[in-house]
Amino acid sequence: MASVTMTVNGKQVTANVDPRTLLAQFLRDNLHLTGTHVGCDTSQCGACVVHVDGRAIKSCTTLALSCDGASVTTIEGIGTPDNLHPMQAAFRENHGLQCGFCTPGMIMSAIDIVNRKGHALDEHTIREELEGNICRCTGYHNIVKAVAQGAAAMK
Amino acid sequence: MYAFSYHNPKTVRQAATLLSKNAEGKVLAGGQTLLPTMKQRLASPSALIDLGHAEGLSGIEQKGRNIVIGAMTRHVDVATSAIVKNAIPGLAALAEGIGDAAVRNRGTIGGSIANNDPAADYPSAALALGATIVTNKRKIAADDFFQGMFATALEEGEIIVKVSFPIPSKAAYEKFPNPASRYALVGVFVAKKGSDVRVAVTGAGSNGVFRSKECEAALAGRFNAKSLEGVKVSASGLNADMHATSEYRAHLIPVMAKRAVTKALGK
Amino acid sequence: MSAKTGVGAPVLRKEDFRFITGKGQYTDDINRQDQAYAYFLRSPHAHATIKKLDISAAKSAPGVLGVLTGDDLAADKIGGLICGWMIHNKDGSPMKAGAHPALAQGKVRYVGDHVAVVIADTYAQAKDAAEKIIVDYQVLPAVVDMNKAKGSVAIHDVAPDNMVYDWHLGDKAATDAAFAKAKHVTKIDVVNNRLIPNAMEPRAAIGDFDSGTGVYTLYTTSQNPHVARLVLSAFVGIAPEHKLRVIAPDVGGGFGSKIFIYAEETVCVWASKKVGRPVKWTADRTEAFLSDAHGRDHITHAELALDDKGKILGFRVHTKANLGAYLSTFSSCVPTYLYAPLLSGQYDIPAIYAEVEGIYTTTAPVDAYRGAGRPEATFLVERIIEKAARETGTDPALFRRKNFIKSFPHQTPVIMAYDTGNYTASLDLALEMADYKNFGKRKKDSAKNGKLRGIGFSAYIEACGIAPSAAVGSLGAGVGLWESAEIRVNPVGTVEVLTGSHSHGQGHETTFAQLVADRLGIDIESVSVVHGDTDKVQFGMGTYGSRSGAVGMSAIVKAVDKVIAKGKKVAAYALEAAEKDIEFKDGRFNVAGTDKSLAFGEVALQAYIAHKFNGQDLEPGLKEGAFYDPTNFTFPSGVHICEVEIDPETGVTDIVKWTAVDDFGNIINPMIVEGQVHGGIAQGVGQALLEGAHYNADGQLVTASYMDYTMPRADDLPSFDIGITTTPCTTNPLGIKGCGEAGAIAAPPAVINAITDAVGHEDVPMPATPLAVWHACQKGARKLAAE
Repeated sequence: MASVTMTVNGKQVTANVDPRTLLAQFLRDNLHLTGTHVGCDTSQCGACVVHVDGRAIKSCTTLALSCDGASVTTIEGIGTPDNLHPMQAAFRENHGLQCGFCTPGMIMSAIDIVNRKGHALDEHTIREELEGNICRCTGYHNIVKAVAQGAAAMK
Repeated sequence: MYAFSYHNPKTVRQAATLLSKNAEGKVLAGGQTLLPTMKQRLASPSALIDLGHAEGLSGIEQKGRNIVIGAMTRHVDVATSAIVKNAIPGLAALAEGIGDAAVRNRGTIGGSIANNDPAADYPSAALALGATIVTNKRKIAADDFFQGMFATALEEGEIIVKVSFPIPSKAAYEKFPNPASRYALVGVFVAKKGSDVRVAVTGAGSNGVFRSKECEAALAGRFNAKSLEGVKVSASGLNADMHATSEYRAHLIPVMAKRAVTKALGK
Repeated sequence: MSAKTGVGAPVLRKEDFRFITGKGQYTDDINRQDQAYAYFLRSPHAHATIKKLDISAAKSAPGVLGVLTGDDLAADKIGGLICGWMIHNKDGSPMKAGAHPALAQGKVRYVGDHVAVVIADTYAQAKDAAEKIIVDYQVLPAVVDMNKAKGSVAIHDVAPDNMVYDWHLGDKAATDAAFAKAKHVTKIDVVNNRLIPNAMEPRAAIGDFDSGTGVYTLYTTSQNPHVARLVLSAFVGIAPEHKLRVIAPDVGGGFGSKIFIYAEETVCVWASKKVGRPVKWTADRTEAFLSDAHGRDHITHAELALDDKGKILGFRVHTKANLGAYLSTFSSCVPTYLYAPLLSGQYDIPAIYAEVEGIYTTTAPVDAYRGAGRPEATFLVERIIEKAARETGTDPALFRRKNFIKSFPHQTPVIMAYDTGNYTASLDLALEMADYKNFGKRKKDSAKNGKLRGIGFSAYIEACGIAPSAAVGSLGAGVGLWESAEIRVNPVGTVEVLTGSHSHGQGHETTFAQLVADRLGIDIESVSVVHGDTDKVQFGMGTYGSRSGAVGMSAIVKAVDKVIAKGKKVAAYALEAAEKDIEFKDGRFNVAGTDKSLAFGEVALQAYIAHKFNGQDLEPGLKEGAFYDPTNFTFPSGVHICEVEIDPETGVTDIVKWTAVDDFGNIINPMIVEGQVHGGIAQGVGQALLEGAHYNADGQLVTASYMDYTMPRADDLPSFDIGITTTPCTTNPLGIKGCGEAGAIAAPPAVINAITDAVGHEDVPMPATPLAVWHACQKGARKLAAE
């Protein structure tokens, strides 16, 4: 076991973990932040995307111990039903989700796209930038619309 | 994953010491290949030596006619670096196309080159640009560094510290991705420096990254896409799998080379 | 109730808030106190007998609570998994179904088959311990190729030639006679590629036995928790139904794959009593690839007979269907009764004869996957129609128009009686939206850039609203396929809708509330929808086959009507009027011709306080239930047009335009319906361009991760142009036909018809990967050179 300390959604947490604990497991099992999902083992589906020090990463492909000292933001940390983040609101308003399983990772990736590429995103850019997030329900049509609207609303 | 001990050295020297003490240990850079491999229980290092907190391993600078990139520099930082975009835009574009955005935020150039995955992008750039791989022990020319699938010149206890890319006059990378994994099915990096033209191919060779003599010969005369018309690359020694036969890969090499040359010429 | 939330309005989803804030509760998000973890040791071989299974070292490994095998199942008299639909052979004899134990009993039959389970304090400990199990396998030949299955070693003793059934439908003599007088016969061979469903949430289960009450609870990723309970009780024999509660909480997509009752949940619920602790299992993606029921996988030869005017005279089909190593829950009906009855498509075909061989192979079980049989039928019909049009030199739109069914009801020669439709209207709108008349110009423009452009049609039909119980019963179904609903009105007038349908992305919490609020004239926020728990909802048949609208909502409407009828009785007492004078309108019970009136909520309160009536005349309370059994299938239909541009140098196909015109009958929420169409098209495009399960000759699944199985990504797809035409269904009270599977059914032939149009010949397989299309381009170029 090894000790790790990080800031998650603004709160500092310290825990003793097995070194093989992935950040996704740490968030889900230790902190009960189950909004971060795990949909594959090969780092492709993106259901596990969270922000570490302001950048979107795949929490299933990062050791919790590697995040010692880092600041982590999960889907639970960006908005609440009464006070949605503009990207969360955009996903709802555009019907950008169906089963909801990929949605947290999708939203966290979408915010990262805006952080990197700005607020005016065309369809081509959004589709290319979503390469690392797989959705089986929506056919992406409404996700693309949601990201464009959310990006503009984040201004 | 199997159990392992975790180490978090603050310097490369400490990391090297830890590596020598843990014969079955491995260096953890960005972890974007190593961790999935360990999750599948296909690798079982006894120890992970995480370079994430080691000093002096990240950063990009221009030193004379070279771009020098620290081993722990993330792909995203290479992709967005003004220095790289200005000096070797083809290298920045290559980094922009590695994996996906979240992978680029985590994966590192040192990790990619040390792993020498036969379908990774960076080895083609290192080979075509004639890069020098600088380790904690020595400098290794890219020509000598890549020694076949997942095999490199790195010795035990040796850690990549930085990679130095000579600035070419023209360079570009064109990737044909595997439709599923999005790794390179065929990736071609072309570089022209003076009269020297190099064409390095990743993803296609059953023995990892290699230089395409056929394409280089065709481009030696005139560095334009037309020179590659009708160039035939032999399929022998190329990978074959459900996504691409070796003939298809052989066909795609000059096609991707052509597109890379067009890109390098800014057309 | 306002126009903004009524039937037909694009109401934003009520359930979204929890999903977009990370508060959804999927099975793996649930943790029971003191829970242990299961890891399944799976067969590395496609086919082998187990000579010896030594679990002793695993049993004593750290943290291990139990190691269980097929012997333990047998000792506890736990039955095998079942197939719920009996198919009969041509000669009337029943199909040959081999036993399907949840843990292997002496033999394994596909890579991923369940050999043993280890239960430990942690998942890592269970996995570590499983490596200590010693299995002595005698490896047998793999049976992968359906064409070679007959002569291969038997997978199940009951089926020595690996044939599950040899089934047929239609009139052979009439079809032969049609071919005898044909002026032209179009022939085609098609392979409908095998798919792996890949709901983004992997399957998971928690079994939890309460020794105090003797009740088992199973949390599971199910599309139909009541059917799971029925099977686990009545057939597997875990516990009687009143001692088994099944909860399917938020479920992250199903697409058919979560209908079935699998080994893992069976074992978890059984093992929870054996180890005395809750037992949790969550699939990783590799396990999902190996063990989720796969879809499709047909090889078909078909022939279409035409007269001299291009009218279809007859259709003859021979299909081999891969059913995998065991018969999954509904597998047997998919390539038979969900397939052959759709072979008439949208066309007036006087004679059809179909033969289907169901075949065992040493691969994962194959069962219903979005569309289930109907995509296979549509792919075949629309490919051969396109080919026939080309062979006869007829414009493909005109060829279809000429052969469309134009009057309804229409009885096909293969069971189905279409109630209504207007196929020409959908075609006309699709042609206009796709700008078909200028396609030739666009093709020329592409050619100037060295690209090949093609256009492809798909005029699909599906049978949804599954299904009239008596009809399916006569065809071999083991269950009835009605749906149930219960409307519980609270004393303050809020309403809980209990439904046997299950939502795993379909948005029932919104559409069902929309319907009920609209009918009762109350605010949509006053209605909540309860589903997915056998302790809350008495019974239901679940969600699949686009049935939740046509069947599930019809049951709800029936129950709502009963609530209104009861409300009228209550209102009559409360308003001191005759019951026949009470009218219900816009959420109020009015006495006709007076200004006396009570709001819905006021009547609800009167029903519960019961002060105004004598309990002998009228029971207190306001709660009604209904079962709705449909009288016919529903028949959604439409026309999709796909336009592609191909780079012949690389073989990359780019979908440049997608037009979808669908007739789903009446629509409750167009936003959700469009979402269903988008998702369906993406899955259909996935089948056509990207996805294919591939077993090698040894029976190893080569495509067992996203590294090799190509999932549609955002940059693989265009945005879609959606159009709607409407002919309301005539056989259910809402006029709904269903929309869940349309896209997945329509899309594959549209794509392949477009690619074959572009390359100039018919030889393009699915998935049409860059490699396959590059080959096709080269063949096309050779063909052109030869001409």
